[in-house]
Amino acid sequence: MYRVENLIHHKDAGDAATVLREGPAPSGRALLLSEKAPRNNSPGITRGKVVEWVLIAIVVLYAACLLLAPLLAIFWGALAEGFGAVAREMTSAGAVSSLRLTLIMAVSATVINTVFGLCIAWVLVRDKFWGRRILNGLVDMPFAVSPVIAGFMLILLFGRTGWLTPITEALGIKVVFALPGILLATIFISLPFVIREVAPVLGQLSFDQEDAALTIGANRLQTFWQVTLPAIRWGLLYGVSLTFARAVGEIGAVLVVSGGVSRLTETSTLFIFRSLDDRNYVGANAMAVVLAGISFAILMVIEFLKKRTERA
Amino acid sequence: MSGVQANLNTPAPVVSARVLLPWGRWGLRVTAFLYLGFMVALPLAIIIKNGVADGLPAFWEDVTNPTAFAALKLTLTTSIIITIINAVMGTLTAYVLVRFRFPGKGLLNTLIDMPFAIPTLVTGVMLVALYGPQRTVGAWLNAHGFQVIFATPGIVLALLVITYPFVIRAVQPVLMEVEKGQEEAAYTLGASKWTTFRRVVLPTIAPALITGSLLCFARSLGEFGSVVVVAGNIPGITLTAPVYVFGQIESQNQRGASAMSILLLALSFTLIVTVEWMQGRNRGTNVSS
Repeated sequence: MYRVENLIHHKDAGDAATVLREGPAPSGRALLLSEKAPRNNSPGITRGKVVEWVLIAIVVLYAACLLLAPLLAIFWGALAEGFGAVAREMTSAGAVSSLRLTLIMAVSATVINTVFGLCIAWVLVRDKFWGRRILNGLVDMPFAVSPVIAGFMLILLFGRTGWLTPITEALGIKVVFALPGILLATIFISLPFVIREVAPVLGQLSFDQEDAALTIGANRLQTFWQVTLPAIRWGLLYGVSLTFARAVGEIGAVLVVSGGVSRLTETSTLFIFRSLDDRNYVGANAMAVVLAGISFAILMVIEFLKKRTERA
Repeated sequence: MSGVQANLNTPAPVVSARVLLPWGRWGLRVTAFLYLGFMVALPLAIIIKNGVADGLPAFWEDVTNPTAFAALKLTLTTSIIITIINAVMGTLTAYVLVRFRFPGKGLLNTLIDMPFAIPTLVTGVMLVALYGPQRTVGAWLNAHGFQVIFATPGIVLALLVITYPFVIRAVQPVLMEVEKGQEEAAYTLGASKWTTFRRVVLPTIAPALITGSLLCFARSLGEFGSVVVVAGNIPGITLTAPVYVFGQIESQNQRGASAMSILLLALSFTLIVTVEWMQGRNRGTNVSS
């Protein structure tokens, strides 16, 4: 199926080539012409094969230099001073607490974005009203905003002279340079994924099954849980894993919002950032390996889900 | 409105998922508006207000001061370079993945998604570990007078890794659907592989290629995590625009940070809107269409 070019190859077919130069011929006519064209196999095979393997080699080498080699390099960097150093770095109080904070923040942001994301995807796909286009545009904004700028926005809103500072102060909540700020930053940068993955799936879903459920007496909530949700589950899970991956790895926004003052507000990426500043390369590399491991687990889930969604 | 249409077009059942109960519809609408309003619209509004608070001349001054201008120029140059490289290598990768069979293809296909999953900061650390001046490859390159890390090539490299999947993932599905018949016809008619690619395949994948490249460009404009680690961040030389914004925030220059932010936002927003519009036009499946 992939090797059409190996089955058919003609180096020269005089008249036919002129036809092609005048524009792509309709396939019916091409087939007709091919009947007349002389079949001349031997030189085509070898040359075509060589070109094919050269192209493959270029791509594999490029990907290896860009992706695989750096990946192997951090393992090497982490183990530069032996397993003992890695173990010491990774069991240090700072490393453990930063990893815990990262997971808590990523899970919270993912849950919040999943709930609201489902709701927004629903509104975008199934509801028609004047403000829908505005909503649709807003959803994409976090992709257009540099993470640093996202963090900066939160400082402007909740910082010393921020618009919302009087409210948060009255409520006694500290947002910037504290955990709520990190959570808000993480939510912001991972907001579009669930919506963008669920909306197309929801759009292709026919109403028949849901109508059937409603007709036989299920209420709206039951219909959603037992009919709609199972139908969109693979797309939803795909969006959820992308959200989680993005939330775990966020640095720019979190760096700005956390202020980097306290170890209490240090996520894993901030831990790496500070380790690099302190020239603690083993610590930075070891934590990078851990985060890369988490990302790879997510990547495997994503690959699996992609296969499921393609099949469905 | 949708309710009326539904009733006209189909023999409607007594209850339908098409028609939400009023409280449900308004509940969802209000939730969507409040969430996006609070999380996205409000932060955008405040940054724009802050940037132009002292008038346009001040804004202009903030954007064109030597350090800011150099940062902007560096970001634009590196982004353009990597977009071109990605357009070529991305298309080639997608073509090889779709049309050829070779050992390790599955692994390559998975590896390509890596930059989507892996934290950008980790990407930066990985590149320093490999090409840093004290490391094997980096030391060898250094000895031959080529500095990667803490120099512009490092920035280009980091951006290349981060944005590698965009063009591939945009082009791949289109390439898979390119009518085999057309390509076969071209070969049959005696066109070389290159001619076939240029005349038959390229026109078909062009919209996807442009979409992927624009996304790639938009992404690299705002990239921070990997660049901050590999660039060295020397003002005027290897300081990119997002890192410049970070520096201005750290030194409490909120107006300067806002001005540059607005410029970057406007650029990438225009790009994203263009992409949305193109996708809507090409596939007709866009939410907004």
